[in-house]
Amino acid sequence: MTRRRGRAWQAAGVLPGRFIIDTTSGDTAGGPRADDVIVLDHVTKHYGSFVAVEEAHFSIARGEFFSMLGPSGCGKTTTLRMIAGFETPTSGAIRHEGVDVSRTPPYKRNVNTVFQQYALFPHMTVRDNIAFGPRSKKLDGAEVARRVDEIIDVVRLGDFAQRKPTQLSGGQQQRVALARALVNYPSALLLDEPLAALDLKLRQAMQIELKRIQREVGITFIFVTHDQEEALTLSDRIAVMSNGLVEQIGSPEEIYGSPASVFVAGFIGQANLWQTVVEAVADGRADVRIGDQLVTGAAGPNVARAGDHVTFMVRPERVKVTVLSPNASGASGSSGASGTSGAAIACEVIDYVFQGPVVRFALRSPDGSEIAAYVGSDEGLPLLRPGDRVWASWDRDAALVLPESANPSTLSTADAVGATAS
Amino acid sequence: MSVVPARVRTRRPTGSIVLAVYAVGVLVYLFLPIITIVAFSFNDPTSKFNLEWKGFTLDNWADPFAKGQLLDAMLYSLWIALWASVVATIIGGFVALALSRYRFRGGAFVNLFLVLPLTTPEVVLGASLLNFFVFADTPFLERGFRTILISHILFCVSFVSMTVKARVRGFDWTLEDAAMDLGAPPLRVFYKVTFPLIIPGILAAALLSFALSIDDYIITTMVSPVGGEPTFPLYIAGAFQREISPQINVLATMVLLVSVTLMAAGPVIGLLRRPKAATAP
Repeated sequence: MTRRRGRAWQAAGVLPGRFIIDTTSGDTAGGPRADDVIVLDHVTKHYGSFVAVEEAHFSIARGEFFSMLGPSGCGKTTTLRMIAGFETPTSGAIRHEGVDVSRTPPYKRNVNTVFQQYALFPHMTVRDNIAFGPRSKKLDGAEVARRVDEIIDVVRLGDFAQRKPTQLSGGQQQRVALARALVNYPSALLLDEPLAALDLKLRQAMQIELKRIQREVGITFIFVTHDQEEALTLSDRIAVMSNGLVEQIGSPEEIYGSPASVFVAGFIGQANLWQTVVEAVADGRADVRIGDQLVTGAAGPNVARAGDHVTFMVRPERVKVTVLSPNASGASGSSGASGTSGAAIACEVIDYVFQGPVVRFALRSPDGSEIAAYVGSDEGLPLLRPGDRVWASWDRDAALVLPESANPSTLSTADAVGATAS
Repeated sequence: MSVVPARVRTRRPTGSIVLAVYAVGVLVYLFLPIITIVAFSFNDPTSKFNLEWKGFTLDNWADPFAKGQLLDAMLYSLWIALWASVVATIIGGFVALALSRYRFRGGAFVNLFLVLPLTTPEVVLGASLLNFFVFADTPFLERGFRTILISHILFCVSFVSMTVKARVRGFDWTLEDAAMDLGAPPLRVFYKVTFPLIIPGILAAALLSFALSIDDYIITTMVSPVGGEPTFPLYIAGAFQREISPQINVLATMVLLVSVTLMAAGPVIGLLRRPKAATAP
């Protein structure tokens, strides 16, 4: 595979006014590489005074399953439409296989799209729908037939070739849309929330199906979704977008484990977040205060010095709940940048939900903030009730100190925003 | 089986009887004039005026074009209507597509201008057209076939674009994106995807403008040359002052039959095509 792992903050590409963390590229530039199928070179798109996409600067490798993830209006679909050719960048360039296609119309680009509502031609049979692309490219009849037969086999639509799209179920229509695009042997397949129209069960089945088809045809997939679970399940790499900006690009593990911003931390999975100020920075770690407690975490890319406004993050599943203080030193639990353990905070249980393998706690810390903690039900905790006193602690590697988000709206108060993002 | 109608009959309240009478009344009101026209095509009038029932005959149908000028007028009207509907459908169809597909500066004004010929009284429209043609004072706009055709196209464009716009509302324009995405240049997108899907609306608009053109009297009479070749409505209106022949009823009945056949053709073709799609292997 083309995926290359880098350490969390190692590769930071500096862009005007903004950091983009490409955690996968080994080189420090973090930007496009020459051998990539699709390259976005400082692409910006304005609609009047509205900035839909700002300084998108990344590349997509051959054979990769690449997702663009973000809430609606974050610019992911606009970016996809620019790659497809339906929109023209206001500035910057888009290159397909090394060729600048920024001004090339869609019908002259070798990428194909699976549309959100499939956009199958209702007056044509499944077979004619699939053959539309090859016929438009004036391939001879035998070659068209060969390709159509081949792809119908891949998506397993043999029994439905002579049907009209309206005579198919949602999942079957989805396969036709896939086949119709893949039959052109595109250098990349663009998928615009293709699973959004399906119900949950079918969606999960189609996720597996998509992955299988991608492996089978070996074509680069560029997948747009607002569903973080879907992106984590399917992708080799994910670009997390917000308000037109690419916040982070990385593998699912990196995006989840080492979010580059508060937005990413809150959008992917669940997180305990505290807004605070840096006390000290040393060895890539930063000390911050939660209430009157000094805690430490891995410092984010532009967390440079004491006094910086930052957000402290711990994932709920990394929070340990114990009845006795985990620190030998006792109730103070203080541990600066020099300490080895993270922190221990004396808390009160406010809610307790048993969910089989996991117990979900909602705890209240002395400064009033809420801490979410997911504890394995095999941890041997005694039965706890609201009001009981416990200790919340975490390994110091579990905590991150993140830069202030560029989007004030995504900053929540010190309680666990993750709790709302399920 | 026999229980069901009995129960329905016993339950029927007076309201539904009133409704039935009302419905029959409306139908009679709508169809009596048409039935009269058809009936009087079989009349055998003694005078020049076919206004009183004198007796049944098939003579009128045996020789519908006994009055040579009547046939000429009919053919002239058909010729005008053919051109007017073809040209108006092309122009109006594209106008409708542009207005539905794209948001552009001045689109609202185009919409307004399209409604104007529909809302302006025909007399006013006819008078201003006449004024325009006289004022233009060029041989090309000498009153005759061309001025009639231009006038008919004018109001037909409005009807066509309104009809097509209504039919195209809800059209999934991402189909055009999809076709382009699959490598089809704009022209191929149009004739392979857009056009086949909007053809029912286009045909409806074409038939409507054809009917409107054949039918038009007020505007046509104003932009026609005095003493020139009359269109069908002009001829009949003129003839009414001298005679009302049963042949007029025969032609009217024929036109009626053609219209009804055309209207019935749509659903019938639809029925014939559906089983074919379903039984194909």
